[in-house]
Amino acid sequence: MQDGSQSGNNEFWTQQYQQKVDKIKPKPPIAKNLFWAFVVGGLICVLGQGIQDWFVCLGMAKKDAAAPTSAVMIFLGAFFTGIGVYDELGRRAGAGSIVPITGFANSIVAPAMEFKREGYVFGIGAKMFVIAGPVIVYGTVTAVTVGFIYWMLH
Amino acid sequence: MNKKHGKQSIIFGVPPAIASTATIVGPMEGEGLLGSYFDKVMEDNIGEHSSWEKCESYMLEWVINTALNKTNVAASDVDYILAGDLLNQLMATHFAMRNINRPFIGIYGACSTMAKSMLLGSILLDGGFGEKVVAACSSHHDAAERQYRFPTELGVQRPPMAQWTVTGAGAVLLTATGDGPKITAATVGKIVDAGIKDPNAMGPAMAPAAADTLWQHIQDTGRQPAYYDMIYTGDLGAVGKQLLIQLIQEKGIDISANYEDCGCMIYREEQDPHSGASGCGSSAVVMCGYLYPRLLAGKIKRILLIGTGSLHSQTSYQQKESIPCIAHAVAVEG
Amino acid sequence: MQTYLMAFLVGGLICIVGQLLMDLTPLTPAHVLVVFVVAGGILSGLGIYQPLVDIGGAGATIPLPGFGHALVSGTIEDVNKYGFLGIFSGALRATATGLTAAVVFGFLAAVLFNPKG
Repeated sequence: MQDGSQSGNNEFWTQQYQQKVDKIKPKPPIAKNLFWAFVVGGLICVLGQGIQDWFVCLGMAKKDAAAPTSAVMIFLGAFFTGIGVYDELGRRAGAGSIVPITGFANSIVAPAMEFKREGYVFGIGAKMFVIAGPVIVYGTVTAVTVGFIYWMLH
Repeated sequence: MNKKHGKQSIIFGVPPAIASTATIVGPMEGEGLLGSYFDKVMEDNIGEHSSWEKCESYMLEWVINTALNKTNVAASDVDYILAGDLLNQLMATHFAMRNINRPFIGIYGACSTMAKSMLLGSILLDGGFGEKVVAACSSHHDAAERQYRFPTELGVQRPPMAQWTVTGAGAVLLTATGDGPKITAATVGKIVDAGIKDPNAMGPAMAPAAADTLWQHIQDTGRQPAYYDMIYTGDLGAVGKQLLIQLIQEKGIDISANYEDCGCMIYREEQDPHSGASGCGSSAVVMCGYLYPRLLAGKIKRILLIGTGSLHSQTSYQQKESIPCIAHAVAVEG
Repeated sequence: MQTYLMAFLVGGLICIVGQLLMDLTPLTPAHVLVVFVVAGGILSGLGIYQPLVDIGGAGATIPLPGFGHALVSGTIEDVNKYGFLGIFSGALRATATGLTAAVVFGFLAAVLFNPKG
């Protein structure tokens, strides 16, 4: 409660406080962040394209190559998270490392590693999806909703 | 003798003395601006221990024993230990205390724990309830990150206002009689919630609480800011520090000439701490490692240490609550 | 060469949108991921995402909206094949390889490596 004190001290300090904070708070280096997000995100996608083309080269149809491509990208994201490099990448690249599917793998491996000390069941097992879980939940809910609407219309 | 002054402050009848202190920090703090002032710099954040939490317990146990060894006081002579940390259920503290085996009172004040335990320890001594009290606290960057924020290997960008939790522990041995800089006065803070919801803006969230306590300290004790050579806050960071100066200016008080924030004193800019240091360790290692020797050597005579704490939890944040904060002040005079 | 350039551009642009959301709004990275997967799914349902995949290749499938697209296009395929039950079977069937990889590689990495802090 902000009005508990007799002399109203708290109200004094907290009046329009958010505005005071917003005025002096440092802004993120947006241009630099956008540049690195673009470059790193773009490069990760180029890597994915290369892997997909390689599978096609091996004889797969383009449509079929998408699934193993994502598996390889996930492996890479998991591996680089495991060796402790992915968080360094994320610091500089921001969305460039979070948005690609390698970031999805990072969001699974990071908590699983972190909570290993709490055991295999409640540590690794339970915490693995603490950040990626919402993606799966809302992705699936969206798919079912769209699917239902599609079914209704056809 | 009336020791309570004004609404929230205490002026001690027989000010307790700080007989000794000890500090231990992680490698990043060791490479920082105050690196040479700490008693021990660990090689990494975990050592031989099997978890960060266990490492933090080790750090707390180490500083308490070291502070006692420096003055050849046996643990069995300590009447009470007041200690705390940032972890749920004070995990690091309780497991450290398991080995020390003295009467113990756990303290949770978030980052205000150092000032808070010094304040309470002084009350116990001035009140005649004992001769020797140890006040200590710790924080560990990785243990705090996994509890409050994200797993440490997650590739996220910290916003520019974010602060870096210190891996560090500090302990003071307070004695009812004897030599050393004395704790002459204290002000007990009250919770101030400025409506800030962003846990990456802890410094700004805490500044109003610091302003409130500082203001009340001045009203209650009659001591103007110039009474102190320096006023220190625990961990407002670069942004919170500006806000405090601004806020207290609105009451006509200017502290820009004799005020610094402990969180701004620990890391070098190249270490990229963003807005500065935070955690119980911030005020603890600066007070115990840097300010105490300066007081002892007479380089500084009177300081006011305002420990600042943000009292949110993961749950309160997820329930979209704002961050209630508190600030406790102790005046130390050499 | 053209495919790689388009992959770079499209992927980079999607990440720019993500970065703008993170820097200019109170959304956290976790929120942004959810927004992207849902957006990808909706765009897919509206038939807008497939053309983006045709132009950008991996630049559209690797970022998270691509995952949303995979979930929805899998659902629609199954609805076409199996009718009503396809609504439930399609999404995870289409993304089964990726999800299994996520669980298994996630588990292995967690077992083999330790967090450095």
